[in-house]
Amino acid sequence: MDDLATENDRLIRYREDEAVDHAAVTVDSFLDQSSASAVRVEPGDDARELIPHLGRLALVEVNFPAFGDGRGYSSARLLREAGYEGELRAVGDVLVDQVAYMRRCGFDAFDPDAPLDADDLEAAFSRWPEVYQAAADSRTPIWTKRHA
Amino acid sequence: MYLYDQYDQQMVDARVEEFRDQARRRLDGKLTEDQFKPLRLMNGLYLQLHAYMLRVAIPYGTLNSRQMHALADIADKYDRGYGHFTTRQNIQYNWIKLEEAAELLADLAKVEMHAIQTSGNCIRNISSDHFAGAAADELVDPRPYAELLRQWSSFHPEFSYLPRKFKIAVIASDTDRAAMRLHDIGIQIVEQDGELGAAFYVGGGMGRTPMIAPCIKAFVPLDRLVTYSEAILRVYNRYGRRDNKYKARIKILVHEMGKDDFTQAVDDEFARMLDEGIEPPFAELERIRTFFEDPLFETDASEDIDRSDPDFALWVDRNTVAHKASGYVSAVISLKPVGGIPGDATSEQMRLMADLAKDYSFDELRVMHTQNIVLPHVRKADLHALWTALDEAGLGSPNLDTIEDIIACPGLDYCSLANARSIPVAQKISERFAANGKTEALGKLKLKISGCINACGHHHAGHIGILGVDKKGVENYQLLLGGSEAEDVSLAKITGPGFDEAGIVNAVETAADVYLREREKGERFLDTYRRIGMAPFKEALYG
Amino acid sequence: MRILTGNDLKSGAVTWWTGQDWSLYVEDAADVSGSEEEIARREEAARRVNAPYAIDAERHEGRPRPSHIKDRIRALGPTVRPDLTLKPTETDIGTWVI
Repeated sequence: MDDLATENDRLIRYREDEAVDHAAVTVDSFLDQSSASAVRVEPGDDARELIPHLGRLALVEVNFPAFGDGRGYSSARLLREAGYEGELRAVGDVLVDQVAYMRRCGFDAFDPDAPLDADDLEAAFSRWPEVYQAAADSRTPIWTKRHA
Repeated sequence: MYLYDQYDQQMVDARVEEFRDQARRRLDGKLTEDQFKPLRLMNGLYLQLHAYMLRVAIPYGTLNSRQMHALADIADKYDRGYGHFTTRQNIQYNWIKLEEAAELLADLAKVEMHAIQTSGNCIRNISSDHFAGAAADELVDPRPYAELLRQWSSFHPEFSYLPRKFKIAVIASDTDRAAMRLHDIGIQIVEQDGELGAAFYVGGGMGRTPMIAPCIKAFVPLDRLVTYSEAILRVYNRYGRRDNKYKARIKILVHEMGKDDFTQAVDDEFARMLDEGIEPPFAELERIRTFFEDPLFETDASEDIDRSDPDFALWVDRNTVAHKASGYVSAVISLKPVGGIPGDATSEQMRLMADLAKDYSFDELRVMHTQNIVLPHVRKADLHALWTALDEAGLGSPNLDTIEDIIACPGLDYCSLANARSIPVAQKISERFAANGKTEALGKLKLKISGCINACGHHHAGHIGILGVDKKGVENYQLLLGGSEAEDVSLAKITGPGFDEAGIVNAVETAADVYLREREKGERFLDTYRRIGMAPFKEALYG
Repeated sequence: MRILTGNDLKSGAVTWWTGQDWSLYVEDAADVSGSEEEIARREEAARRVNAPYAIDAERHEGRPRPSHIKDRIRALGPTVRPDLTLKPTETDIGTWVI
């Protein structure tokens, strides 16, 4: 993982730019004040409220308090659909068996509560030779390849 | 039927390797049971009452003889020589070892089968009409649409940690043989102004809060089928309740938002998604359709059936169904022998059914949600030979859609969620009616038994339903009347206080006798119940 | 009495804590009253058992018999397939279960 910039021993980034160095604020406080460029989206937040302000956001953290709560996958994807290009970081109870789907939904950084095993991470990202459906990544679905 | 190409095979093979790795990490202690559980569930592996149980997907209930042979081989190699066909058109094995599960999945993958998403809070195996492609009354074969949705929903990155499980059924006939409106999404392929499209019913289900799905969109064009489905799933994933697992199904969301507001939310999401490139190329649907073209039916197949053997004639009358091609029928193999375990088949029986499908039904079989097996395309001229072979193997029970054709969940004999046993009740009822000779007079009567309120045995949808409950540590059975899973869908109502095991068998006979006394010409049990209401039944049961 | 049960991690077989080890037979189960959580935690961490939990039981002819029918079916096997239970030759075992 030489190409990964790290600011703590758990943070994994798939981006070239510098990581934002200040703490993310809640969606409510982000919407109240204009200076923050990093925000943390909780599962119950409506990520669409951020859409008018995407231009001043450099980091969106999407929190997974429990790995089984899948709302963050939709939050991530709809932000990418809305054109957000900054860092999208999955934080919290993020497990190695989930990161491949998270990437497909637009996450490009992970800050899990428990560190991920490097070999398992490598295996997770190289597991799927193809994808069936379109998502927020640039992968071409099988059904498009079949009729290319 | 659908055949994998290199892509489909790669995906299933990759999944086997992923699971092999996950199981290894579990056995090595790198994954806790809490972490492993959702992963094994998404591969159909439960920890059940006695052992690990594996649920294998049979997409839209269709399989060929090679696949049925493989299921039989798996029953012998990894299990105890039998399997259980379920109300989701799947098969379950009851005694699987975790250390062998990945190898089993690899064996399945060799015959284009898998256990992907047969459990867990994700989109489950998609069910369909068991007479698809054969039924005289269908508009088109619904399975190409089910297959398209199978691909879309497989390994879906956004919808693998939903609030709760998610079940989809696709039909293409006004006659509903798939309990379509008791699904999270029910799709009926319809025609409007000469165009095919999909009517979407959303928010049905059984379980502890049974609901009938309302139609939220009468016509979605076929080139928007996937995008519209995606919009529904996104609304559900974002807003479905996660605070209480008993209120987490989409039916609760639709109910709490109200049908109109829910539909508006889906439409808004759909409008945003239209430019996201979610929909597959239409050529994909056309490619899939080519796999479901009619087999080469003989154009001059004989309509004659030699009915001189009365046992055979009875089986023909009860267990064969009109086919769209003249000279053919769909033949139903009953897995409901009197006193038997509904839906169980031994490996020997599976092999026989596979061989008969090859000989007599263009190499195709179907699993019915009523836990029987269909040979969809049988020449009438072959029926006697088919019946003879079935009868010799104990598979010739002439009881389709009769009171002996009971749906029963595994119940407390196998299931850790159950409160009472289902199978012994089914056994005793079928024995009672086989002995008292009332089966014929009762005609079409759907009896469905669940061993707990999760309703895997569809008791809400039975003309007669039975629900097993735990009454201070003793099995107790409630009687319900008036349900239907078909196009005349309705939810059954509880008659009153429950019964013990012997009492529920008597109660079913009492209810049947009320029908026999009160019925008017041409009425089924359900019709009579709907006409006269609950009161006469209550009077007979408790008066 | 309280007895501890779980499944063998590899095979999935139902097992019962005997005081020293895990047995397939509920008759071997030891009373774990008071120490059930500690044993469960230790044994699960060592992967000698999967998903352990304690249940109520009574002594029946000197041997533990689970108090609830679900646990008795779990201990023996499906009542509808006596051939697959732990005691396929004991014809009157049904009275122990029900």
